[in-house]
Parts: sequence; C-alpha cells; structure tokens
Amino acid sequence: MGDLNVKKVILEIISIVAPDADLSDVKTDVRLRDQLEMDSMDFLDIVMELRKRYKIEVPKEDYQMLASLDSCVEYLAPKFAALSPA
Amino acid sequence: MARDRLADAKDYYDVIVIGSGLAGLTGANNLAKAGRSVLLLEQHYNFGGMATWFKRPGGHIFDISLHGFPVGMIKSCRKYWTREIADSIVQLKGVRFDNPQFSLQTTFDRVDFTNKLVDHFGIEKQTVEDFFNASRAMDFYDDQAMTTRELFQKFFPGRSDVVRFLMEPIAYANGSTLDDPAITYGIVFSNFMSKGVYIFQGGTDKLIRMMKTELKVNGVDLRHSICVDKICTEDGQVTGVVANGTKIACGAVLSNANLKTTIEKMVGPEKFDDAFIKEAKAVRLNNSSCQVYMGIKKGETLDNIGDLLFTSVDPEFDSTRLCAKDVTSRTFSMYYPDIRPGSDRYAIVSSTNANWSDWATLSEQDYEKEKQHLIKTTLDALEKYIPGVRQKIDHVEASTPKTFEHYTMQAQGATFGTKFEGLQVSMDLPKQIEGLFHAGSVGIIMSGWLGAINYGVIVANEVDSFMLTKLQSQQQAAS
Repeated sequence: MGDLNVKKVILEIISIVAPDADLSDVKTDVRLRDQLEMDSMDFLDIVMELRKRYKIEVPKEDYQMLASLDSCVEYLAPKFAALSPA
Repeated sequence: MARDRLADAKDYYDVIVIGSGLAGLTGANNLAKAGRSVLLLEQHYNFGGMATWFKRPGGHIFDISLHGFPVGMIKSCRKYWTREIADSIVQLKGVRFDNPQFSLQTTFDRVDFTNKLVDHFGIEKQTVEDFFNASRAMDFYDDQAMTTRELFQKFFPGRSDVVRFLMEPIAYANGSTLDDPAITYGIVFSNFMSKGVYIFQGGTDKLIRMMKTELKVNGVDLRHSICVDKICTEDGQVTGVVANGTKIACGAVLSNANLKTTIEKMVGPEKFDDAFIKEAKAVRLNNSSCQVYMGIKKGETLDNIGDLLFTSVDPEFDSTRLCAKDVTSRTFSMYYPDIRPGSDRYAIVSSTNANWSDWATLSEQDYEKEKQHLIKTTLDALEKYIPGVRQKIDHVEASTPKTFEHYTMQAQGATFGTKFEGLQVSMDLPKQIEGLFHAGSVGIIMSGWLGAINYGVIVANEVDSFMLTKLQSQQQAAS
C-alpha cells in the first residue's frame, strides 16, 4: 500500500471515530489533536480499528506515532506493506 | 430446583466478562464488535450493576445512580453504543445549592461557574481562569502528591465557602475527599464543567434495555442470575471460570466485579506475587452511600424546584462529616415526568455519602431504627423546599451501605469503587496473570457512568490486543 492509500485509510478511520471532525482540510504535518478536537479515547479507537480491520497492532509505547498524518504514514506504511503478499 | 441457566452455554468463549456494570457491558460490547466470542455473566437478575432502578406498587419507579453525568457521555454512547442511546441524553439545567454559607442556582458549567465565583463570591476573574486551567490540565501522568485540599488552598486560601461550592457536588459524584490526589478532583470537575450536567431521558431501565438489545445484535451471550465462583488459572494463565458448578473455558477474563474480590476470592491470593498481593490488600475501598426514595402519589404534582439540590445545614464543608450517620448534607435528585416521556409521575431520590462501618455492625433492631431516622430527617429537610411534601408522598423507603452490598455484591457496599491506588493494581493485573483483566470503578477517576464506560473501552482494547496475539501464536503453532 502506497503512502497516499495509508493516508486515505487513516482519514477514513478518523471519520468513523470522530464523526464531527471536519476532514476537508487536515494539515498533514500538524498534530491531529491540535486541529480536530480529538481526545485520548479517539486515538484509542484508531488503534482498535487498525487491529480490527488490518490486524495491525500498535503497542502502547508507539501511540505517539499516531500524532499527525505524516507520522501515521511514516509509522504505518511498513506495517501495511508487511501485510501484502510479496 | 433452579433452572440451569448455563445449560446451553458453549464450552469455550474468547472472553468471559464477569459482572454487568457499565464497564462490563461496554467492554463486552466492544469485544463482540471486534469479533470476539463473548459470554457475559451477571449475578443479579438485572443487568447494569449500580446503573440500576427498581419498581414499587402504585406505579413507582426509582433510579439509583442516574442523577447526572458529564457531557462526554454523549460522545462515548455514540461511539461505543448507538446513536439512539446518545440521542436520548439531555441536559439538566437547574442545579441548586442551599446551605448556611450560600444559596444559588447554576447550570453547572464553566461559564456560569465563573460568573458565580466572580459575582457571588467576589473572586478575581484571573484567579478563576487560572484555577479552571490548572484543573483541566491535570492528567494521570502528573505529579500525584498534591491533594485537593492543597489545590483549593493555593487558589482560594481561607475561602471555605468557595471550597464547598467547588467540592460538594464532586464528593457526591465520585466519593472523593479533600485528602485525595488533586487529579481525582481536577479530571472529574473539568469533565462536568465542560458543558454541564446531563441525564438519560427514558430512565435507567430504558438505557439498560437498549444496551441489552445492542449486545444481542453484536452476538454477546448474556446470562443473568449466575454467580461466578472461581476464575481458573494454570501456569500463570487464565483458562476459564467456574459458575454454577460448571467450568467454562476462555482465552481471557474481563472482571467487572470488585477489584479486591476478583483478586482475593475469585482467583486466590496464592496465584499472585507477594509484593502484588501486598499492594492489592492495601487498596482502600471508597465510601458507600445511603439513599431515600420518595414516590409521589398518582395525580399529585410538584413545582419545578430544580433538578439537583445540594443542601446542608452544616456550617462548612467537611469530608468526614459528609459520610457521618447524622449527616445533614444531602443531594435531592428530582425526577419530573419528562424524565420518562409519556409518564405523569414524580419521584425524589435523596443521596448521602456513608461509611460501611457505621451500618454493618448494627443489630437488626437498631438498623431498622436508624433507617427510619434517616427517612424522617430526609423528609424534614425536604419540607423546606416542598412544603407539605409528606402529604404528596405515598411510598418511601431507604437504602444503606448494606443494601448496596446485598444487591451488587460490591465489598462493603462501596458505591464509588476504590480509592486512587486501585487504578494501578487494576491495570497491573494482566502482568500477574496472563489473560486476566479488570475494568470497573477504580481510582476515583474511573468511576461514575462516564468513567466506567470509558475504562471498559480502555481495558477491552487491552483484552482484544491480548487475544489477537494469543490466537496468532496458536495458529503459528498449528501450522
């Protein structure tokens, strides 16, 4: 999965866990909680959705890697890549 | 012979949830939605734990703990339950205080509290802002040495009236005292101040009915009137539970029973490290409660005197006095007909905090006498706000810490779970025994309806992560 698709997946998950968030103009390099009124429960929901949909596990010590869209892509892209058969 | 309520249960579930308080129900729902097979066992015939209600002849219905929760419940119910449940949550705007130090009404949110603190109590606006910001900035990872008493001392030295205004409602919401860590106050206070106090329209009975429906839709196997005798472990791992004499295997247990009961009675202290057991034994249970339930005669009406009334004739706020048997500080929760649309009935529930030890050792005769005294003094106090209220009431009864212990099996009838240190023990449980998790009212900050629901989700995430790893390693071993 390319970076663009990882970004799309993350935005789709955010639209489910934070349905009131306006996702039309999310800056990729700004912390999500600084632009979208997301709390720690919302980030936990992202972790649960990643596990449910893709069996991707984000351990507690890596939660900070989900801070911005850019850091999400950087952290998750290799995990998504590992899912696809070579 | 009692019917075997486990007759058609499966031999194995991914997760067995013990107890159906809001944390247990929400954890079960979350895990089922994540694709786990879930069995939920509740000892009482109703689901809900302390989130419960009861009916009495004459068309009376009383809610035990519905009285008011923060706005965050709307978001949590929408995410972890259903839109329909979230849409039934409405704001309570009439919160009244009446005591020898002040008498006022508020919408119980930051804007109105700021106005009251500035206009009524004469505090500098900047001090109020600083206090709100300091409370809101507190989180679990902060320094926990500061107490709530010290927090108030810092911002409002010598102002026992301000302390009462800020503390009394929270003491009723989570059983915290001035000597508990300030974060137990700051987190809960800020949750309420964000947008005020809310309630579930339709009553606790409707909420639990809707939750049951949703649990069934998601495939949770729900069983009531089943007491879990034992959580089975082998080589430091959970293997199942014994209930009604039947062993059922599982991958993980999520206990929503009392934390200490889970460790000391269901698993057994010999299964844990000595150091952990020492810590677990040192966890203090929070105080309990007394309530008086007053049902208004059919056809009678009450004027709107506010939704929540914090009343007292004590000269000042005092955490110890708040739990005393001769307490005069009580909260009246007013239930007008609009709480259950379509109904024309009124009910009043009076709540006071209480100590287990004051009630547990009374003789049967003294216990009855004390209950009658509690009812009498409660009605006397209510007379000030509703003159002639005795003539309007045709059902009245009281509950005590013993009543709560009897119905919920919560040790010492602890209506607010454990003190702060309980949270760490609850979170450390899986490090002691693989597959053993606990979610329930712990650490003060994880109590109340919102705290319980959110903690249920937080722990369900841990359980789900554990199950994924466990099932993946089983698959690998098999292939």
